[in-house]
Amino acid sequence: MAQHLSSYKPTSRFGKWWDERLPIARMMHAQFIDFPTPRNLNYFWTFGGILMVCLVIQILTGIVLAMHYVPTAEDAFNSVQHIKRNVNWGWLIQPIHAVGASMFFVAVYIHIFRGLYYGSYKAPREVLWILGVLILFAMMATGFLGYTLPWGQMSFWGATVITNLFSSLNEIVSGLGTTIVEWLWGGYAVSGVTLNRFFSLHYLLPFVIAGLVVLHVWALHVAGQNNPTGLDVKSNADTVPMYPYAIAKDTVGMFAFFLLFAWFVFFMPDYLGHADNYIPANPLVTPTHIVPEWYFLPFYAILRAIPSKLGGVLAMVGSILILAFLPWLDTSRVRSAKYRPYFKYLFWFFVFTCIALGWLGSKPAEPPYVAWAQFFTLCYFGFFLVLPILGLIETPGQLPKSISESVLGGGASLPSGAAAAPEKR
Amino acid sequence: MTTDAGEASRRDFLVVAGNAFAAVGAAAAMWPFVAQMNPDASAQALSSTEVDLTPIKDGQAITILWRGKPVFIRHRLKEETERARADDTAQLKDPEARNLALPETTKADDENRVKPGHENWLVLIGICTHLGCIPKGQSMADARGEFGGWFCPCHGSHYDTSGRIRKGPAPRNLDVPPYTFLSDTKIKIG
Repeated sequence: MAQHLSSYKPTSRFGKWWDERLPIARMMHAQFIDFPTPRNLNYFWTFGGILMVCLVIQILTGIVLAMHYVPTAEDAFNSVQHIKRNVNWGWLIQPIHAVGASMFFVAVYIHIFRGLYYGSYKAPREVLWILGVLILFAMMATGFLGYTLPWGQMSFWGATVITNLFSSLNEIVSGLGTTIVEWLWGGYAVSGVTLNRFFSLHYLLPFVIAGLVVLHVWALHVAGQNNPTGLDVKSNADTVPMYPYAIAKDTVGMFAFFLLFAWFVFFMPDYLGHADNYIPANPLVTPTHIVPEWYFLPFYAILRAIPSKLGGVLAMVGSILILAFLPWLDTSRVRSAKYRPYFKYLFWFFVFTCIALGWLGSKPAEPPYVAWAQFFTLCYFGFFLVLPILGLIETPGQLPKSISESVLGGGASLPSGAAAAPEKR
Repeated sequence: MTTDAGEASRRDFLVVAGNAFAAVGAAAAMWPFVAQMNPDASAQALSSTEVDLTPIKDGQAITILWRGKPVFIRHRLKEETERARADDTAQLKDPEARNLALPETTKADDENRVKPGHENWLVLIGICTHLGCIPKGQSMADARGEFGGWFCPCHGSHYDTSGRIRKGPAPRNLDVPPYTFLSDTKIKIG
C-alpha cells in the first residue's frame, strides 16, 4: 500500500482545495479504485464486499426497527408484531433484518472457508485473519443478542441457556459464575431488565464490528489480497486495478447473493427461524426442544457432546478460539489447497464435519445423536491436530511460476492483460 | 532514564507512579459503569411467598414463582419417597444436599432435602443446574427421566425423586430453597 501511488487528480477547484486540506478522496481512490488486485481472483473473493453490504443493511434496517421496537418484557413481543403488521413498510424492513442476520452468517462462513482453502491466514496475513476471528465473535454476540429481542419462547430460553454458560465458571471458583450471570441478568433470572440491556448492547456491537472491519480492510490493504494460487504478487502483470475489474466482479457476486437474500425475505421470511418464537416468552415453561439459530448449531453440538458442564463450555469456546491459532498450526509453506494433495481432502473432511455437527446440533440430546456429536467433535479438533503434522510430511504439487503464468498459461511474457491496467506504479 | 550507576532515576519513578495512579483512577471510575448492571434494589428486595398445599393431591405437583424463579412443590407418593430413600446409597453425582437452609457440606440424603415430618413434600428450585432450563416432570404426563423425578429436555439431565442429578451434563442437584411449614398445609418460601 505504501508504495502504491494514487492516480487521483482533482479536477475542480473545490476538489483541489479539499485535497490540500483532507485528502480523503485521494485515499479512497488509491485504496478502492487504483488498488492492485490479483488478476486471478475467483468469485469466492466477492464475499468480502458482500459482507460489508450485509453489515450496512443490518445497521440501516436495525436503526429503523429501533424506532418502533419496545424493549420491555410486557411489550417487546407485541411491538415486533406491530412492526410487521402496522408500521409502514415494516413488513419489508423487519424480515430484511431477521433474514439479513442469517445471510450475514452464510456469507461469513463462505468467506472463512475460502480463507481456509486458499491459506489466506498464512504470513503475512495473520493479523488480518485474527481480526476476522474477532469479527466472527462480535457477530455471534450480536446475533445472539438480537435473537432475544422478539421475546418469544426461543428468545427467552436461548438467552437463559447461553447466559448460563457463564455459570460453569462456578466449577473453577465457587460463586464466580453465579456472580457473573446475575450481573448479566440484572436479577436472579432472565427478565425484562435483561431484555432492556440486551437491546442496548445489540445496538452497540454492530458499530464495534464496523470498527473491526475498518482494521480488517486496513490489514488487507497492507498485505494485499491472497489469490487462488496462493502466490505472492511478483510483478505488475500479476495484478489489475480494483476498478473496474474487481469491483465489477464483486457486483456480479452481490447480485447473485442478494437474489437469494430477496427470495428468503419475500417468500420464506420465517424459514430460518423457529415456530416456537411466535409464542410469547414464558418463564415457567421451557420448550421441549431448544435449538439456537442455525448458524450456532455446530458449536451447540460441541457444547452438548461433552458430558461435563465446564468441559462443554470450554470445548465450544475453544472450537472458535482455535481458529485464531490457525496461522501457526498450519506448518505448510504452500498457501493454496490447489497445490496440497492431502490438505485438499482434509479441508473437505473439515467442511463435512462442520455440516454434520450443524445437523446434529439441531437434533435432540439423545442417542444416537450424542455419540455422533462426540465423534464429530473429535474430528473437528482432530483437524487442528493433523494440520501441523500434515504440513511437514506432505509433498506439495508443482506451483506455477507466477499468478500471470497460472492465468495466461506458459506465456508469462504476454502483455495483453497488463496493457489493460493503467500502470502508474 | 537511568543514572550513570544504572539505577532508576527520579523521573522513572515519577513516570511509573504517575501511570499507576492514572490506571487505578481509571479502574475506580469504571466501577459504577460495571456495577450498575448488578441486580438493583427492587430485584434484591427478598420477597417471601406463602403457598397453600391443600389443593395438591398425592402425586401432583405445582410450580410457583419466587424471586422470578420457578419453585417446584411436589406431593410425593409413598413409593416415590421410598425410592428416593433407597437411592441414598446409590452412586450420586453430586454428594451434597444443596439445601440452602443447611450447611454446604450436608450429605445429599433425601432426609436432608425435605423437612422432618413432611417427607412427602419436596420443594425445589425448578431450574436445571446445567444451563437453566426448566425440567419436565411437574405434570404426570411428562417424561420424568430414568429415575422418576424430572428430566431436562434441553440437554438430557435426569433427576431422581429427590431432585438429585443422576445422569446427564448437569453438575449439581436441584437447589432446595429456604422454606418453613407454617402449618401442615401451608409453607412460606424465602
